[in-house]
Amino acid sequence: MLDFPRWKVIWLWFVTLICVVAAIPSLTSTMGLGWPSSLPEPKINLGLDLAGGSHILLEADPSQVRLQRIEGMEESVRNKLKQDGQKAGREIRISDISNRDGALTFVVADATQVDAVREAVLPLTNGAGLTGQRDWDINVVDGTRFVLKPTEAGISQAVTQAMDTAVEVVRKRIDALGTKEPTIIRSGPSRIVVQVPGLQDPQALKNLLGQTAKLEFKLVDTAAIASDVAQGIAPPGSEIVPYVSATAGGGAAVEVVKRLGGIRGDQLTNAQQTNDQQTNEPTVTITFNTEGGAKFAKLTQQNTGRRFAIILDGKVLSAPTINEPILGGSAIISGSFTTESANALAISLRSGALPVDLKVVEERTVGPDLGADSIRKGMIAMGVGTLALAVFILITYGRFGVYANLAVFINVIMILGIMGIIGTTLTLPGIAGFVLTIGAAVDANVLINERIREERHRGRKVVQAVELGYKEASRAIFDANITNVIAAVLMFAFGSGPVKGFAVVLLIGIATSVFTAVTLTRLWVAQWLRRARPTEIAL
Amino acid sequence: MKLLKLVPDNTNIHFLKWRVPFYVVSMILIAASWGLVLTKGLNLGVDFIGGQMIRVTFERTAEAPVSELREQVAKLGYGEPVIQRFGKPNEISIRMKLPEGSEGDAALSDKMSRTITADIKRNHADARIDGVDSVSGKVSKELGWDAFKALGFASLAVAAYIWLRFEWQFGVGALFALIHDVSLTLGLFAITGMEFDLNIVAALLTLIGYSLNDTIVVYDRIRENMKKFRKMPMPELLDLSVNETLARTIVTSLSMLITLLALLLLGPDVIFGFTAAITLGIFVGTYSSVYMAAPILIWLKVNPNSFVPTETAMEKQERLARERA
Repeated sequence: MLDFPRWKVIWLWFVTLICVVAAIPSLTSTMGLGWPSSLPEPKINLGLDLAGGSHILLEADPSQVRLQRIEGMEESVRNKLKQDGQKAGREIRISDISNRDGALTFVVADATQVDAVREAVLPLTNGAGLTGQRDWDINVVDGTRFVLKPTEAGISQAVTQAMDTAVEVVRKRIDALGTKEPTIIRSGPSRIVVQVPGLQDPQALKNLLGQTAKLEFKLVDTAAIASDVAQGIAPPGSEIVPYVSATAGGGAAVEVVKRLGGIRGDQLTNAQQTNDQQTNEPTVTITFNTEGGAKFAKLTQQNTGRRFAIILDGKVLSAPTINEPILGGSAIISGSFTTESANALAISLRSGALPVDLKVVEERTVGPDLGADSIRKGMIAMGVGTLALAVFILITYGRFGVYANLAVFINVIMILGIMGIIGTTLTLPGIAGFVLTIGAAVDANVLINERIREERHRGRKVVQAVELGYKEASRAIFDANITNVIAAVLMFAFGSGPVKGFAVVLLIGIATSVFTAVTLTRLWVAQWLRRARPTEIAL
Repeated sequence: MKLLKLVPDNTNIHFLKWRVPFYVVSMILIAASWGLVLTKGLNLGVDFIGGQMIRVTFERTAEAPVSELREQVAKLGYGEPVIQRFGKPNEISIRMKLPEGSEGDAALSDKMSRTITADIKRNHADARIDGVDSVSGKVSKELGWDAFKALGFASLAVAAYIWLRFEWQFGVGALFALIHDVSLTLGLFAITGMEFDLNIVAALLTLIGYSLNDTIVVYDRIRENMKKFRKMPMPELLDLSVNETLARTIVTSLSMLITLLALLLLGPDVIFGFTAAITLGIFVGTYSSVYMAAPILIWLKVNPNSFVPTETAMEKQERLARERA
């Protein structure tokens, strides 16, 4: 038990040394000292709750994706039937189109054309997933009514694609803000976690992420009857869209626009915040790519003299009259912006529209001042606690207490070193975990020392008592640590950010404390016993 | 140097003599804790009920204008805020739960926190927003369920481990001690109205691990003594085991308390509740390892023969063969 072959001694010191060296960068940086930049720097990262920053959980609504797919299908079906009708020289007429109740339904006017419609619609569906399922179910009921329903596999595939795009868009927007080291990760099927360190006020960030930036240009339906619109009834083929604010509409609260025939403002090469030359009001200038420019030119050419509405995320920004065809491929959008909101819109448009609306469902922001305060107080508490504990252990166990304290000291350094090596994040509960580990680590030494005391009382010789002390106490130390590991692992599995950080410190602390409190102290005690050969020990 | 000896050698305190009254008291305390939790309820944080909490420091004011703020925030139409001081007099937290019946609105908590922070900044130029926690109804439900699962699994897992290492009676005893510790801590949170958030769940999980340390040390000694003193009656044996490990129990608990007190008094205000929960847990955990975990072994009729290797089938055949010969 107390025999330590030379290789074992060297090995123990080697392991300890590595951890100590790895801890140096973390220690020097808190003390404001440097570390040679040519060497690898295993440093502990500070969590958002200590360094300050924002953790934002964004969530998309999968039912929105379903609706978008159905609306997209409606447009595809219409276009396809129009083309096929022209090709065959005979128009295919459909009516009673509905996209409610999670399916697209329509009735083919001429029953003899049902097969032709089926032929036309089938290629619009695709395979989804590995099971050979398709993304749409096509059924014909009552002979002429088509029911096109997106399958679950199709929806989940579409959600996955939308979220992949959304992550990219979010990344571009955050990069445009110029923040340092953002973390952006998918979480589950329809969520994105965004972590940005060092922000005092995440408002600008949230504004940017909350904006879907779906820009549309739709023609105003001038045939709408005012009294119907007031009751919320739009003419067939049109829809009522509210103004973004009361001032934007210049008195009008809503605008009636044609559902189809407009264009999307997503084919852009650039978007910039500009100012109106006459009024100096903030505006956004967008530049279309070739295809988008051609579409925009066509729309403005065909509708000169009419009004069109510029719609952002389902709200009308403005509805100007098209005075002349706009052929230059760029357009200026005004809509009672502030410089900030115009700038945010420009960034959003540049980074592309989000394929789905993202809502902030959870936010954790800690200002850098509060974080710094937490670190300071945490360090003071740790220092005072450790010192008080060291004194208590010293006056209780004398020489054995010195060993125990030395073990605690090395333990702290080792935890820091290992955290640095594996690059974990220290959170505020993690600091508490540190303090707790220090308190608990001496438990192993208390168990051992009390046992040695006991064995001495039973009349055993010094060496024998020490040997038995370590042997008999090890069992309980082992079992106790296993239960702690169980609790910490579950905490890691179910906990959120800061709590995970706490669990990591506990787990590392359990491992290192067994090493320092049991193995290292045994080495020291053994060496002392061999050197001094005491016949009596003070315990 | 004369060493400090908190517990004299060879103590012989009859702990188990008072096991019935202590058990009754413990049971009453557990029942009272749950009664409080169920009637008065826990002061659940935004983590579990949804809503938002904003921490504000007024940099140029000695004392935060609490009543003015309360009025101001109430005017925003989300209901009455709970405004509390934390740390210095100019540091406050404004807590606001989601309005009744709007838990399904995913974006509401965010909208609330935006409106409130904007309002505070507009009316108080020296207000520094130190932290924002906003949790939607759906996320708060998930967090609550995760916390519940983690606590349940952890309790069962450690009890199962002890069953595996000892005997089933010990596993039940450990589970009882755990329920006692967790219940009393919950009771403390119900009675003081301290905020119960995710950190407290982490504290309870820590507690499950650490309060069992004591129990395991006592159990380990019981097992050892059961092998040593086969004829000793259980109550006497339990008393002996508790007495033998008493010095260790006291010293370790004191060690933990020293570090925890430092954290409680000098540490960051943000984790005060967390530290308080663990500190209380260490107290009740020490008590429960003596008065909850040990006596239950008597009632569950732990047999001293449990830890003596029994004859295997093969050994029996060999013995019978020997006897025949």
